[in-house]
Amino acid sequence: MNHDPFANTAHNRDASGLARRHRTGKTWQAIFFSSTVIGLLALLALLATVLDKSFSYVAIEYKVEPASLAAKPLDELTDAELVNLLEANLSKNRLRTLDRAKTLTQRTHSDLLNLVYENILEPRALASYSISQWITNSQQIRAEVAKKYPHARLEFRAWINGNFLIDPLSGDPLLAGVRTALLGSLYLIAITIAVAFPIGVGSAIYLEEYADKKKWYNRIIQTNIDNLAGVPSIVYGILGLAIFVRTLAPITSGAFLGNADSNGRTILSAGMTMALLILPVLIINSQEAIRAVPNSLRQASYGLGATKWQTIWNHVLPSALPGILTGTILAISRAIGETAPLIIVGAATFITSDPSGPFSKFTALPIQIYNWTTRPQEVYRNIAAAAILVLLISLLSLNAAAILLRNRFSRRHA
Amino acid sequence: MASMEISQSLTKTTGTSISKRLKKQHRPAEKLIQGFLFLCGAISILTTVGIVFELGKEAWLFFRTPGVDLVDFFTTTTWQPSIGKFGVLPLVNATLMTTVFAMLIALPLGLAAAIFLSEYASHKARSILKPILEILAGVPTVVYGYFALNFMTPLLRSIFGESNVQIYNTLSAGMVMGIMILPLVSSMSEDALSAVPRSLREAAYGLGATRFETAIKVVLPAAFSGIIAAFIIGISRAIGETMIVAVAAGSGPAFTFNPFKGAETMTGYIARISGGDLAYDTPDYNSIFAIGLLLFAITLMLNILSRRLVARYREVYE
Repeated sequence: MNHDPFANTAHNRDASGLARRHRTGKTWQAIFFSSTVIGLLALLALLATVLDKSFSYVAIEYKVEPASLAAKPLDELTDAELVNLLEANLSKNRLRTLDRAKTLTQRTHSDLLNLVYENILEPRALASYSISQWITNSQQIRAEVAKKYPHARLEFRAWINGNFLIDPLSGDPLLAGVRTALLGSLYLIAITIAVAFPIGVGSAIYLEEYADKKKWYNRIIQTNIDNLAGVPSIVYGILGLAIFVRTLAPITSGAFLGNADSNGRTILSAGMTMALLILPVLIINSQEAIRAVPNSLRQASYGLGATKWQTIWNHVLPSALPGILTGTILAISRAIGETAPLIIVGAATFITSDPSGPFSKFTALPIQIYNWTTRPQEVYRNIAAAAILVLLISLLSLNAAAILLRNRFSRRHA
Repeated sequence: MASMEISQSLTKTTGTSISKRLKKQHRPAEKLIQGFLFLCGAISILTTVGIVFELGKEAWLFFRTPGVDLVDFFTTTTWQPSIGKFGVLPLVNATLMTTVFAMLIALPLGLAAAIFLSEYASHKARSILKPILEILAGVPTVVYGYFALNFMTPLLRSIFGESNVQIYNTLSAGMVMGIMILPLVSSMSEDALSAVPRSLREAAYGLGATRFETAIKVVLPAAFSGIIAAFIIGISRAIGETMIVAVAAGSGPAFTFNPFKGAETMTGYIARISGGDLAYDTPDYNSIFAIGLLLFAITLMLNILSRRLVARYREVYE
């Protein structure tokens, strides 16, 4: 006598259909979720690769064994002892050249230590094994190194360290640092901001506050900016090569100031190219910030008799400023990582002197990463990884600053 | 009496000055500022004009060089400036290959991630996952190049055999490029999906559709033009990408369809040729402008197309 109305076959089929549909839904949900996670895993893999390579075991061969020089480890020696070491081991001529560059007794401890390494010990990196390689088969590596390089010693080395930040570029990966490149990047960014910020904010003010959207030329400007934002960065590099490096060479090389020993491939050219590159993004971001300023603010200002510019300068801009700054920081962090345009406008690949002004030749952090990455030897991969860490850390702190600004901004308007 | 006089004289003087002040005044400084701001905006126009003019001029010079022929440029398959062979197809072919590999990664993963973030993820999950994808978008491309060479290539070589996979190959570069483009595709697609009104979803649920059916059969078609726009922008980004291919895809043009072999893309060629001091007015120098112009034209067309599509879904739903 079971008259369950749900027991008939039609309903059963429906129920099983529903179950099947839910199963399909669950399966696809898992697929969608794992796709998202793959992005996360890729980021982890990227960081792991860079970290893994920035610490390694290096097989180093010294011309003179460090232990034979002094009883104590070298970095514990005093300045005077280091000078003595240099005087005892170097030729008179070499000493005189070094002394003339900068008096030995006045040099800093790390500087002296570097001199000892460069001139007496002359270490050479023969092979390098990343941390992961070392952990998985250290025995094999030991055996291989002992067989291939009998005079070499395996040393652990953290490629990213204090010296790496302050040492200039060098042909020797063991001694190379990123100071030259870091300073180059800083100079570059300073010029980029100086050129792009006023023009970008000016354009944004014009488009948001003045431009009559019905006029054809204003519409063209807006469309044009939106399209420029999608132009590949390498095309900007080509434009910079043609205009700033070549056509404007008398200005960008500093020849008009009597700077003779330079062509147009200077920081100034690169900075202006970079400024053109980030302008569209900067304008679009600033426009959004200005648009977010409530209209009542403008009306109140007009009501009190302020002129248009007084309203913009005293009310609109101050309240849009956090947004504009956030947008600028984001645009700048794009410029810091850009490599392609710098290659085209001719960043010097190897240069050991710090940039001295807007008209000097230069190299930048991403350029160094590129150069070191393309070298076949493993040690160059290690310094490239360390330089990448420096780059990523500076980008991360910039972005953190942008997020902090944005949070403060949104809290005030909420 | 005296007070009346005073008040009369007061109204007289202030009255005239008010009517004078109420008249619109000429403010040359205001006009000057407006003019300056307009010039700032016009610089972007100058940039475009500069790109078109300079690239066009040098490309023109390139095609006037003896031995260079416009038809041969687009139809022959050897690019060897040293022996006077200028056929751009090997470079275009390599660009297309890396782009296809990149989109094979970025398209399905990016769309799936967008659907997850927009249709499934809780508020909390989204607030964690979205910033992570954004970090991925902020990593400089030269770092991706490093990643391709030191992670993806060894991985591919261990899977397919070191003898089959060259150290520099288009597959590795293309796949890493896909990872780079993934956040772009996912965030643009997510914008398109989120723009679909809630009422559409509610209606589908009301008719008994599951969450998956609603997402695939209702939301996805409604956001279709926005998603296509995201794909097109992704393709345009892949074509213009330089550093990943310059590091990992190999140098030296090669006309090959083998993903495990190295081949130089258009952007890779430009980067390699212009590294170091390139002498002006040589065929090499002019050729980067010709290729740059081609690159500019392709990406511009794709970008305009994509913007049209975005405008269309904005029109429908916002």
